[in-house]
Amino acid sequence: MSVAQQIQSNPAIFISGNEAVALAARDAGCRVASAYPGTPSTEILEFIAAYPDLYTEWSINEKVSLEVAIGASLTGSRALCAMKHVGMNVASDALMTQTLIGAVGGLVIAIADDVGLSSSQNEQDSRYWGRFAHLPVLEPSDSQEAYDMTRFAFGLSEQYAVPVILRLTTRICHVKGLVTLSIPQVKEGRKFTKDPSRLVMVPGNARQRIPLMLERDKTLATFSESCSLNVIEQGSNRQVGFITSGAAYCHVREAFPDAPLIKLGMSHPAPIEMIREFAESVGKLVVIEEVEPLLETELKAAGIQLHGKEAIPRMGELTPAVITPAVARLLGKENTIAAVGVTEVFPRPPTMCVACPHLGIYYCLSHVKNTIIAGDIGCYTLGAGHPWNALDTCISMGASLSVAQGIDKGRSEEDANKNVLAVIGDSTFLHMGMQGLLDITYNQGNVTILLLDNRAVGMTGGQNAPSSGLNIHGDATVKIDFRKLCEALGVRSERIHEVNPYELPTLFKALRDEVKVKEPSVIITNQPCVLTERYAKQPPLTVDTDKCTGCSNCLDVGCPAILVSRRETVIKPNGKEKVLSFVNIDSAACTGCNLCINTCAPDAIMPVTSTARIDAVELK
Amino acid sequence: MEQITNILVVGIGGQGVMTAADIISQAAILEGYDVKKTEVAGMAQRGGVVTSHVRFGNKVLSPSITPGHADLMLAFEPAEALRWVTHVRNGATVMVNSYPQAPPVVSVGLFDYPENPEQQLADYPINLVNFDAGNIAIHLGDRRLVNSVMLGAIAAHLTLSSEVLKTALLSRFKNKGTEMLALNEAAFKAGEQASLISIQ
Repeated sequence: MSVAQQIQSNPAIFISGNEAVALAARDAGCRVASAYPGTPSTEILEFIAAYPDLYTEWSINEKVSLEVAIGASLTGSRALCAMKHVGMNVASDALMTQTLIGAVGGLVIAIADDVGLSSSQNEQDSRYWGRFAHLPVLEPSDSQEAYDMTRFAFGLSEQYAVPVILRLTTRICHVKGLVTLSIPQVKEGRKFTKDPSRLVMVPGNARQRIPLMLERDKTLATFSESCSLNVIEQGSNRQVGFITSGAAYCHVREAFPDAPLIKLGMSHPAPIEMIREFAESVGKLVVIEEVEPLLETELKAAGIQLHGKEAIPRMGELTPAVITPAVARLLGKENTIAAVGVTEVFPRPPTMCVACPHLGIYYCLSHVKNTIIAGDIGCYTLGAGHPWNALDTCISMGASLSVAQGIDKGRSEEDANKNVLAVIGDSTFLHMGMQGLLDITYNQGNVTILLLDNRAVGMTGGQNAPSSGLNIHGDATVKIDFRKLCEALGVRSERIHEVNPYELPTLFKALRDEVKVKEPSVIITNQPCVLTERYAKQPPLTVDTDKCTGCSNCLDVGCPAILVSRRETVIKPNGKEKVLSFVNIDSAACTGCNLCINTCAPDAIMPVTSTARIDAVELK
Repeated sequence: MEQITNILVVGIGGQGVMTAADIISQAAILEGYDVKKTEVAGMAQRGGVVTSHVRFGNKVLSPSITPGHADLMLAFEPAEALRWVTHVRNGATVMVNSYPQAPPVVSVGLFDYPENPEQQLADYPINLVNFDAGNIAIHLGDRRLVNSVMLGAIAAHLTLSSEVLKTALLSRFKNKGTEMLALNEAAFKAGEQASLISIQ
């Protein structure tokens, strides 16, 4: 069925903001789409990859991803790259100069902010990049707008030869709503046109481009004043009016159904004159923008009187439950939304998966003394939590290696006998960790590196990477050889060990040997992520409860399938109290990695037999 | 203001919270409503807390249910029901699968599982429907049927037709063979019956 027929037969589809962006890219005739996985943006590329006739790739990091999209745009093709907010920090080197060149084929950069930090190391406001890089910023407020504005963005990009930032947030990316698609376009690429004065950014050429960029700012500001994405909604109660954008619009409209407001679909450059006129028509004017006071600052600088972050929280989502009391306080009114109570329930922090190959690593790390362990970004960041408590730092992609190098070089006499380690996953290592390793070898640091190669980007759902040997479609491609790579980056061959992370004795030996060596060494694990098809399940395990002594060694593995069935306090011969924890294994969840067997002195853990399986179920 | 129905679906990663919310959304769409559904992914496969908000009516604006305003809560685990019970309005129906699942931090003794969560829930001004959907699913032959059991159980408490809800559920299995279809239909019916019995 053609897309046109689909539209006719099925007028509205129920999709997430991410899928809406993907469909819009397809329907806008986008020819190249690239990304590095990152919550909440990951699914954009996963959806696009399923459409025929588009080139899509998992790039090795966001800078590479943006540069791929830039290159495609320079050939006249429409291109999209998607990333989470922190991705743009990595990509910004390219962004800040590309703005001088501008776009040839429509270039849309979708940046997804994790407002509320559901799955990120910080909370950033990507609208800043529009100001910093002199680029227009579009902000959809739901799935329909995500579709419409992505299509609009391609057109805007070509009309003004400018890359366009599409600012998404978790409440756009991961909310489903009804979307009506519009007729698709077909856009062919054009011939690459050599134009060094525009495309070769050496000082002499770049200097010529800056005035053009500043002129473009003015043109876009004028465009914004009449842009169809910037809408005034006349309300019936003019006591208070709002300026808002993105997900916050839906919250404001719901909380204040009678209030007049301006919804900024194109929030940068803001339509200052439109807002100035609107400001005069309302009593109090309040800016509701998620995270930073950007519009507020600019509008105040333009001499418009308004309220903002002195009343509205500067972090987290601005839901009705947040803005209703904040605005009530501002107006000296009674709050209509009562705060709800909190019940006392244990926390349920995310855990590593049953049989995760990282479990063995963290079991060992939590049993090695005298360490400083720099962590990184991925599933293995969970090693900072219970029961391992094994990580001492987590900052940014690849930082484990370079931070460990700094710890090694900066340590005082008090830390002289500490073992400095770095823990990093395969995909993060390829994203931005390789440079840190080269820095360590080049500058002769003494760091023991644990390279956890599970052949996938685990935290975002097991996407492929160069370590998988598979591309975004699952087709075979180059598979990186980490041993060779580490050797090429200057680690001596004798200092590189590939180990099976389910074999604890081997792992312990490699770790204890290498921390003693006064030069960089790399321990590479070689078992796949259990979320991927590469992981082969084995028969599940169970516990012979007659043999279990309650020593709780197996609980240090941290496998969620190992459960405490009973606790008992005993008095040891030395008179001290000791709590024994007797365990069973959730055999329905267990996939038989056998890691816990390594830790069980009384041999109480064994494969399930058919009778034992029934017992295990009934124990629940 | 236009009437919006707010449904809160809560549980833990891997229980099918997202799928249940999707099916309720589809049923609401079939009934001609505007629908928004939040999706809290990311940590979903890591055993963390998972919640999904489904809102339907003539025109839905915010995708988030304001705490204290959920009309119906579908809880896949009793402690999770207790965690979120303050987010429902007075008189809301709270449907709880009484099959408990303790996380590792409880299992090793760092925290306690709430004592008798059902009793604590009963102290709230809600219409509590509490039954062991997990056990029903296991008796029907597959623990994963719990989702269909729970959907059957809320059918009588929704403003949506239970036939439409069942259609929305079964449409997900139309390519999975007649056996899966029959099992899920049976699970839906078992859920419907169980919720009626626990009301009486």
